[in-house]
Amino acid sequence: MIAIIGLVVGVVLGLFLTPDVPLSMEPYLPIAVVAALDAVFGAFRAFLDGIFDDKVFVVSFISNVLIAAMIVFLGDKLGVGAQLSTGVVVVLGIRIFSNVAAIRRHIFHA
Amino acid sequence: MSETGTPPRERSGMDRLRRALKSPSRGQAVVGVLVGILAFAAVTQVRLAGKDDTYANLREAELIQALNGLQAASRKAERDISDLETTRDQLRSSTLRRTTALEQAQKEVQTLGVLAGTVPATGPGITITVEDPKNELSLNHLLDGIEELRNAGVEAVEINDRVRVIAQTSFEEDPDGVRVDGVVLKPPYVIDAIGSPDTLAGALQFQDGFTDDVEADGGKVSIKKADRVEVSATRTPVKPRYAEAVPGQ
Repeated sequence: MIAIIGLVVGVVLGLFLTPDVPLSMEPYLPIAVVAALDAVFGAFRAFLDGIFDDKVFVVSFISNVLIAAMIVFLGDKLGVGAQLSTGVVVVLGIRIFSNVAAIRRHIFHA
Repeated sequence: MSETGTPPRERSGMDRLRRALKSPSRGQAVVGVLVGILAFAAVTQVRLAGKDDTYANLREAELIQALNGLQAASRKAERDISDLETTRDQLRSSTLRRTTALEQAQKEVQTLGVLAGTVPATGPGITITVEDPKNELSLNHLLDGIEELRNAGVEAVEINDRVRVIAQTSFEEDPDGVRVDGVVLKPPYVIDAIGSPDTLAGALQFQDGFTDDVEADGGKVSIKKADRVEVSATRTPVKPRYAEAVPGQ
C-alpha cells in the first residue's frame, strides 16, 4: 500500500517539480532508472515467493543503480559508452522479463 | 499491478500480497520511498527524453560522428558552390563576349550603313554648289566631279538633299537636268560631301579639274568647307541578285 502511495507521490513530484538534471548525470539517469526497475520487479517477485527482505531490497536497489551507472561511466571512459549502455539495457531487460514471468505465474497461475 | 486479480485458490504469495495491502509495515515504508525515487527519476527521464533536442545528450563518439557528417556535407556544399561559381563566371564571360560581338556588329552596321547609304551621316566636309544657268553642263563633267570626290576619299555624298550617291548610283542625261538613280534633278546642283574638307576641295579645284570644266560649260562652282555637313538622304538596301558572299571570309 505504502509502495503504491510512494509511486504516485514520485510521479506527481516529477511532474510538478520538473527538476533539471545536471549535465554530467544525464547519460546515467536512463540506465539508473532501468536498473531500479529491475530491482523493484526482483523485489516484487521475492515478495510473492515469500523470501522478501527489505534490507536486501534496499541494498540491491542501490547497488543496481550504482553498478549500472558505473558500467556506463566505464564505457564512456573506454570509448564504448553507447554500446555498453545498450548492453546494460538488454541484460536488465531480460532480467525484468524473467521476473515479470515469475510474478505472472504467481498472480495468474499461468 | 499489485491490485490485479483475485485468484480463485489462495496461495502463500497472494496471501502475503493481500496482507501487505491491508497492514503496512516498516519494510513497506522503505520500499515506498525507493519506489517513489524510481518513479521520480523515471518521470524526469521521460520528460528529458521528450524535450531533448538532437545534440544535447549525445555521447562524444556520436557527436564526433555527427560533426564528421556535417563536415562532409559542408565540403560537398563548398564543392557545389565553387562549381556553380565557375558556371556563373563562364556564363558571365560568354555574355560579355556576346555583348562585345554585338557592339562590334552594330558598329560595323553603322559603318557599312554610311558607305551603303542606308543611314543618314554627318561630319566635316564640303558643300559644292554647281550653277548651270544655260543648262549646258555636260553629264561627263559632273561624273568627273563625283569621281574626283571619290578619289579624294569622300565617305558620303548626296545631291540636292534628295539622292544619296553610292557605288551603284546611275547618272543619265535628262532634258531638265540630270537623272540620278531615276530622280530628275534640276540645277543648281548642291552636292554635300563628307570627308576631309581640304582634300575634297583640292580634288575639285586643281588646273583643268572639275571647276574649270564646269566653267568651260558656262557654269559656276562655289565650294564651301564646313565642320558639319548633313547627308540626310538614304537608300533602301537592295539584296544582290547575282553576287553572293564567299562563305568563311
